[in-house]
Amino acid sequence: MTELSPSNLRQRIAAQPWGLWWIQAHRLTRIELRRNLFSWRATWIYFLAFIPAFIILIHALVDTHPAFQLSDDTNILAGIIQLYYIRLGVFFGCLGIFSRLIRGEMIERSLHFYLLSPVRREILLLSKFVAGSITAILLFGSAIIADFALMYSGFGAAGRDYIFNGPGLGQLGAYLAIVVLACLGYGAVFLLLSMMFRNPMPAAMLVLGWEAINPVLPSILQKFSVASYLRHLMPVKVANDGLLALLTVETEPVSAWAATLGLLLLITIVLLYSCYRIRKLEIRYTTE
Amino acid sequence: MSDQIIFEGVSKFYGEVLGVNRISLSIPPGITTLVGPNGSGKTTIMNLMTGLIQPSSGTISVLGLTPADATEFFTAVGYCAQFDFFPRGITGWQFVLDSLMLYGMEKAMAVDMAVQAIDRVQLGEAAHRKVAGYSKGMRQKIRLAQAIAHHPRVLVLDEPLNGLDPMARAESIALFQELGRQGMHVVISSHILDEVDRISDRVIMVTGGYLIAEGNIHQVRQEVHEKPMQVLVRCDHPELLASKMFAINHCVEARLHADGKGVFLRTKDIDEFHVILNGIAADGLIKIEAIAPADDDASAIYQYLIGSDGSAS
Repeated sequence: MTELSPSNLRQRIAAQPWGLWWIQAHRLTRIELRRNLFSWRATWIYFLAFIPAFIILIHALVDTHPAFQLSDDTNILAGIIQLYYIRLGVFFGCLGIFSRLIRGEMIERSLHFYLLSPVRREILLLSKFVAGSITAILLFGSAIIADFALMYSGFGAAGRDYIFNGPGLGQLGAYLAIVVLACLGYGAVFLLLSMMFRNPMPAAMLVLGWEAINPVLPSILQKFSVASYLRHLMPVKVANDGLLALLTVETEPVSAWAATLGLLLLITIVLLYSCYRIRKLEIRYTTE
Repeated sequence: MSDQIIFEGVSKFYGEVLGVNRISLSIPPGITTLVGPNGSGKTTIMNLMTGLIQPSSGTISVLGLTPADATEFFTAVGYCAQFDFFPRGITGWQFVLDSLMLYGMEKAMAVDMAVQAIDRVQLGEAAHRKVAGYSKGMRQKIRLAQAIAHHPRVLVLDEPLNGLDPMARAESIALFQELGRQGMHVVISSHILDEVDRISDRVIMVTGGYLIAEGNIHQVRQEVHEKPMQVLVRCDHPELLASKMFAINHCVEARLHADGKGVFLRTKDIDEFHVILNGIAADGLIKIEAIAPADDDASAIYQYLIGSDGSAS
């Protein structure tokens, strides 16, 4: 048996076919993107992403937009992002996209083609994760850009001034960053759940409940939540009163960089465990 | 590097249900056919061989490789599984090309190899149509094209002749024989025993998850000692030959051929039988025209070892 010294480890890592793995990952991601983005089955996810944009469009066309209402609309947009996108839209969109990647192919009985290809299973899983993430980010990112543009379009010069000379662009950047992290976070969780359970929906409902009650849990348990990290990154605080207070309350202040790193760490741990699971995965379609 | 497919004490349990039990095998190059009734463990053996499922105990290696190293393993192995499902909305051409692209080759090379594979299974222009509109035989062909497209050294085929019309069946058999002659391992599961006889260099018989016999069909037949071998002797006096054989108390059964120009004789010792027959021929009373084994084919062996109900005797 060879000794696993640091220099041996470096040599072994350097000897791996990284170039081939990169090409395989790139090609797998393209194949998966083709299936994810251009499929009729994804229609409901487009609907989930763009329904707020449609409502805001009606608001922009029908309602008057006096300048003093700009801060109200800014708060409404923050509420849409935090309460709709993070809690529902991205949550269920990612559930649809990421649970299809492995479990969906097992239900369709076509996963074995991938498992019989000359691709390491970890590369396969990570490529599928990347493809799912790109799909979710493209859909929800463009939906949020549309929401943002439509929300301020009715204000004319005041809206343009808020975007280009005020805090508008910064807020848009923060919202996009939140959506990217939300897609990666929920994506990793649902990819894992879809490998662990034949029907990931009950487990997803548990996650939804967990995310809802997370703010009132002890601080150590709050670290196992995607939404709790994202709440700390919101550029506009949503008023925590009324029925929705549970979803917006911030119990323990956390800096933006700590929240981002915490979430990325959570994603990494979930993906590493998913890689372990896919190595053990067996094709037994008769049990699906 | 080994040139064998090796199973060492391999068992597979699906929960408490037995898949296969303590299978030890060594498969050399050539055409090897897995024979057994439905649910006997043929597909389990093939899925174990290709890493789609993992053994509960024992070890498997294919040319010294294991599926843990997917890159090397699946460059050497192609598997045409029995699952008749495809990625949604895909064309046959895209199906073969996508799988070749994952080998990391240039697109031009992948296109060349996809064209060759599709030509080889004679799917023609239909390859550019969506698989969802294919007949069962066309789906079988495109799966076969995908399995052979990267020129594997081991080709595993689960019921590859199912759904093919007689012409396509003959073409596929010719293709398997050609691949076998080229020194490839071709492992086929089949329950069409006539075809097993025609194409196999070796058979592996399984039933109820247990290995019953393996080897060349004639060798396997000779090892079935409890069933005396049947030999057809073509001669001018079949009744006389039968009576002589009974007189020296060698044969256990004799049956005249329907045309009256031969006799089926059952013997427990084929070597001794040939010696006695030579003696009778030398006497000059009976003119022997031909001798041929009458029950050392896959069908007879299947009947003797497994039985028509699928339970091993």
